[in-house]
Amino acid sequence: MTSTTNETINGPDLLDVKDLKISFKTDEGIITAVDGINFSVKRGQTLGIVGESGSGKSVSTWSIMRLLPKNSIIDKSSSIQFHRKDGKKVEITRLKPNGRELREIRGGEVALIFQEPMSSFSPVYTIGNQIIEAVLQHRNVSKDEAKEIAIDMLDKVGISNPRQRFKQFPFELSGGMRQRAMIAVALSMNPSLLIADEPTTSLDVTIQAQILKLMRDLQQDLGMAIIFITHNLGVIAQVADEVEVMYLGKILERGTAKEIIHRSQHPYTQALLKAIPQLDSTGERLTAISGDIPSPLSRPAGCPFHTRCEKVMPGICDVEMPNPTQLSDTHTVYCFLHEEKDV
Amino acid sequence: MTTTDLSPTAIQTPVSQTESDEALRYYSATQVQLIWWRFRKHRVAQAGALILITMALIGLFAEFLGPYTGTTRTSGVVLVGPQMPHFCNDDGCTLRPFLYGVKSERNPETLGMEVKIDTSVRRDIHFFVQGEPYKLLGFIDLQTHLFGVSEGSIHLFGTDSLGRDIFTRILLATRTSLSIGIIGVLIAFVLALIIGGAAGYFGGWIDYVIQRLTEIVRVVPVIPLYMGLAAAFPVEWSSSQVYFAMTLILAIVGWPTLARRIRGKLLSLRGEDYVVAATLSGAGPSRIIGRHLLPAFMSYIIVDLVISFPYMLLSETALSFVGLGLRPPTVSWGVLLQDAQTVRAIEQAPWLFIPAAFVVIAVLSFTVLGDGLRDAADPYQISE
Amino acid sequence: MIKFLFQRTIGMAVTMFFVSIMVFIIMELPPGDYAERWAFRKFSGTGTEITEADIDNIRAEFGLDKPAPERYLKWIGGIILHGDFGEAFAFQTSVNIVIGQKIWLTLTILFSTLIVTYLISIPVGMYAAIRRNSIEDYTLTVFSYLGFALPNFLLALILLYVSITYFDSTVGGLFSPEYADAPWSIEKALDLLSHLIIPAIVLAWSATAFQLQTVRATMLDEINNLSVTAARARGVPEWKLLIKYPARLAINPVVSTMSFDANRIFSELPIVALVLGLPELGELLLKSYLDLDMFVAGAILLILTFMIVFMNFLSDIALAILDPRVKLIEG
Repeated sequence: MTSTTNETINGPDLLDVKDLKISFKTDEGIITAVDGINFSVKRGQTLGIVGESGSGKSVSTWSIMRLLPKNSIIDKSSSIQFHRKDGKKVEITRLKPNGRELREIRGGEVALIFQEPMSSFSPVYTIGNQIIEAVLQHRNVSKDEAKEIAIDMLDKVGISNPRQRFKQFPFELSGGMRQRAMIAVALSMNPSLLIADEPTTSLDVTIQAQILKLMRDLQQDLGMAIIFITHNLGVIAQVADEVEVMYLGKILERGTAKEIIHRSQHPYTQALLKAIPQLDSTGERLTAISGDIPSPLSRPAGCPFHTRCEKVMPGICDVEMPNPTQLSDTHTVYCFLHEEKDV
Repeated sequence: MTTTDLSPTAIQTPVSQTESDEALRYYSATQVQLIWWRFRKHRVAQAGALILITMALIGLFAEFLGPYTGTTRTSGVVLVGPQMPHFCNDDGCTLRPFLYGVKSERNPETLGMEVKIDTSVRRDIHFFVQGEPYKLLGFIDLQTHLFGVSEGSIHLFGTDSLGRDIFTRILLATRTSLSIGIIGVLIAFVLALIIGGAAGYFGGWIDYVIQRLTEIVRVVPVIPLYMGLAAAFPVEWSSSQVYFAMTLILAIVGWPTLARRIRGKLLSLRGEDYVVAATLSGAGPSRIIGRHLLPAFMSYIIVDLVISFPYMLLSETALSFVGLGLRPPTVSWGVLLQDAQTVRAIEQAPWLFIPAAFVVIAVLSFTVLGDGLRDAADPYQISE
Repeated sequence: MIKFLFQRTIGMAVTMFFVSIMVFIIMELPPGDYAERWAFRKFSGTGTEITEADIDNIRAEFGLDKPAPERYLKWIGGIILHGDFGEAFAFQTSVNIVIGQKIWLTLTILFSTLIVTYLISIPVGMYAAIRRNSIEDYTLTVFSYLGFALPNFLLALILLYVSITYFDSTVGGLFSPEYADAPWSIEKALDLLSHLIIPAIVLAWSATAFQLQTVRATMLDEINNLSVTAARARGVPEWKLLIKYPARLAINPVVSTMSFDANRIFSELPIVALVLGLPELGELLLKSYLDLDMFVAGAILLILTFMIVFMNFLSDIALAILDPRVKLIEG
């Protein structure tokens, strides 16, 4: 990850998401959470997805494992193609809910770690019990072997005294330890894609840095791809090869981490960057983005960001969604400011 | 518990300029309005409320609605079954409802008196008829009853073993049963507010003692406890003294549960960030209680009162049923059910069991109303 | 664990102390004093004139001329030190003899009711949660409301009526007439068991309705819990998910409210016993209240409450075993 090279970006495809559209049936009506987005992940690569809460970043990635609640609808035209370890290509949206193939993929090929390690462990079983369950589900090993794999993995994620921790309950561990244990559960199943849903948000800054380093090291060791979800552009800079910026269910800008951090073109990305505290610019004031995300019940027409955009062009931005503008091979922006330049 | 932003309602954020008027109206509504809007979605709870209002009106105007008084005995019509009003007989149909006549005959085999329906006699039902005098609402002298028959007698729900009209008695019992519960709940509530408030406010040993007291009521079986207190009523007490004493013991046993909940709620509210913030910004106790605690509290308390009401009603019914509660001539649903204490009695006259239906309907109505109010009053509920 | 047990035992003793004071107050409440009622009982119908002096003698004999705190100490001392609950004047013998065997019948009724309650409410509640908003779920909700609104004693009456009218059999009592006074034997035990079914169902009526809703609510909470999603994300099959995570946790609130169920059952027991003619403590309690035989009533109230408190103690221990978080909080 630190050594971003073109090989990794152009490596073989692992996941291809096309025209993903997800909505929820609620009492208030149908809410669209993700509105026709495309993205892909290549083997061994890290894709960062950035956005405020409510931007649809979790929804779009949870759909890869078909983990969304029952009232969710994935549009018929959407496609999620996943390349399995045995080389077979599967269309995830066509799989039988909770069927065998989906269960093999869940955990075994795509693993998920959550923002809240506390509530993602069951409080009444030991850490060990929950890792063994995962291992036995996906690997053809005996209980004793599974236990060794589990302890080995706890050791690998930097948990001291793993034999002891193995027997402990989740609430007996500190927040950082729990997140490490969560990663251990995920990796013990040997997935080829790890979805990390805000894995460091609930941790304090020093622990956050440790966990990020751990994930980088493990990725180099084990070679899996990662989708890293966060609302913090500062974190993304440290981990991702490619970054997508999402807002209200749409992708507004896409590019390599460098392009997004240093040459961002979309007013929204720029606004997000201004909101990151910088050590070397203590004199400057942080600027928050004015206003709030509109309710998904009343999505604004046109570019979803126009209600808060400083450079909004009335009569243009609030009418139609801008087309993608290709700024480089890897850098794409969805904004009329740039579309005009092209024309 | 879940902190991911997957739940669609969690995605909702407050007002922005582009939002529709309806959303704006929603966000700027007062708490009472919000509760009312949500309550309007609860059809079942509204039905419950409607039934209870009807019952309350029945209770208030019982003397007018019933054709007799609670103690009127009609000779010759002991243990008559319910009489259904008819519109048609062999002679054809009329708009005016009528009853068939009733006659008692001696059964030649058993030699007991038996009540027979005599279809040859037609008794028209008239409305707003003059009958026995009574005081409406306790002070208006009246003689008019909603309906009656000119000859013979009318017993929609039949009569008991003393020839009293069960329909009239149920109407009167509705008043007693509802009012005893309401007064009981109110007294319990005042006690709970004072004592629970004191526990929450003073803390320390006062809190400890009150906590232990409420603990006792949690472990001692409730109805045996009520019975123990009711057993102490002196025999020579009048029925109105017993009535008053009953409301008192309902309250005495009822307050600790309420007090516990009030105390708990007070303590948790005191720790809420917005209350702490108000304290830190220099708001005095009266402002905090008036502006912050009470509004957050009121809906909760009302819901609690509605929910605790059926317990009172059921306890009163149970006590009166076994003869430890209200005494004749006071009639409550429980007192009426005393006549139906044995299977033999029910076999002989199943209509004596009709008051049970009123108990069930009243408790059901209060329960669904309480549930509906609780859902409506919870500002954080997520509609599913 | 030992510290935990110790704390709980102390807590139980403190609660029972307060309860005993309250029970004593209830015993003292009825108007007139005990000596008068005792004398009235003993000499009524014998034609003997009772004089003030006779009553004073009885008073002195029972120590009723002493102040209340002293009488309380004597009463509670007798119970704790000698297991002696005092005199039952309506029966002209000691309370212990009157209560004696009925304690076991009462416990039998309690446990058979609890078994019926849990056998129904746990699986059915879980089923309702899994099939949420289905017709079955709504039906069960209506049943739960009825379980609360239709008091058990009315249900007992309805069942009696139905069984007599349509099946021409009685369901009252705990023993068939031929076994009522017979010594204990296997036949008698079986007879008791067959008679227990109806009381157990009647008494379990409202307890089941409540627990069903508790199990359903916990189960729903747990099904939507992140830990279940996490396990699903590990590829665990649905049925295994449900059993290992939400179902396992839905048992906890049931265990922790066992004493509430016992409380509810004992609360309804006297009236149900009256209707069904069950010769156990609840019925005796009601009788002694009506007779103002307060030593018997006090003893029964104390024993029933002790059973509830003890159940609470047991469920605390069971919960500490079932839920590892509990130990952490209790230290």
